[in-house]
Amino acid sequence: MSGVMKRMGMIFRAKANKALDRAEDPRETLDYSYQKQLELLQKVRRGVADVATSRKRLELQLNQLQAQSSKLEDQGRKALSLGREDLAREALSRRAALQQQVTDLETQHQTLQGEEEKLTLAAQRLQAKVDAFRTKKETIKATYTAAQAQTRIGEAFSGISEEMGDVGMAIERAEDKTAQMQARAGAIDELLASGALDDPSGMAKDDIAAELDRLSGGTDVELELQRMKAELAGPGADKQAIEGGQAGQGQQAPQAQPGQPRFDKQ
Amino acid sequence: MIVRIMGEGQVKLDDAHFVELNKLDDELLEEMESGDESGFRRTLGALLDAVRRLGTPLPDDALEPSELILPAEDATLDEVREMLSDDGLIPG
Repeated sequence: MSGVMKRMGMIFRAKANKALDRAEDPRETLDYSYQKQLELLQKVRRGVADVATSRKRLELQLNQLQAQSSKLEDQGRKALSLGREDLAREALSRRAALQQQVTDLETQHQTLQGEEEKLTLAAQRLQAKVDAFRTKKETIKATYTAAQAQTRIGEAFSGISEEMGDVGMAIERAEDKTAQMQARAGAIDELLASGALDDPSGMAKDDIAAELDRLSGGTDVELELQRMKAELAGPGADKQAIEGGQAGQGQQAPQAQPGQPRFDKQ
Repeated sequence: MIVRIMGEGQVKLDDAHFVELNKLDDELLEEMESGDESGFRRTLGALLDAVRRLGTPLPDDALEPSELILPAEDATLDEVREMLSDDGLIPG
């Protein structure tokens, strides 16, 4: 497929990716960098191991030389006790040469030990840095992923992505539909209330039933009023009764409301 | 595969239909490249009709990435050419 369809799809994807991230994926870069740091750390550790091996080899050589030196010293002593001064001199001169080697090796050993300590410290520091980097890297990656998701959502709604116009249209359509449903529900309520439409649930009352309810509600109010009048019988009872009567009339209106047509629905 | 017709919405198309659609699509590309405006109009109409006929429309609120995208029915040859240029579709 190489026509318009595919090319437009490809351009859309490329542009969307470009909008998301103009260069490379920073998460990949971070992972790569971390990998490189690990490799470096590995090299340093290998260096430490190499130096430690050399140090141990030197220690072995030193031990051998010192053993040989002791042996020559013993041989010199023995030669002297046997009256062979010439042999004793030879043994001591060889020992002196060995001692020189021992001194050289000891210097080398000290140098290596210093190197090893420095490298060990460097490896430890590097390890700490790499660990810190790993934590930071994961945090950055998580933040980036979250930001990317936000960008995607933002794009979908702000119109940068391919979905742009249609999402807006979908929302508009959904809003229209809701308004339409609300209007329809209002109209149905009015029709049910007026009795022009039968309510299959049997919950709504026709206007005759509503009027009967209103009348019976009014009777209840009258009875209550009478009871209160009786309770308050005595001085000032007439005034109370008048006020009560007014209140009773006031209460009648809301009681009648459920049965009345609800034109104010909208 | 999900195909979007710009300004109209998305349809889901069975892969089996792509042989037929590809012919029209390639034809459309040729006409666009040669500047055949009338041919382009005719082929774009035929391609969009075929997509609508063979595909199942996706609900308006479905947010699926489109694998293929088609220009709107009323898109001109110049507009489509611009969309396919280096700077096309989304500037930047």
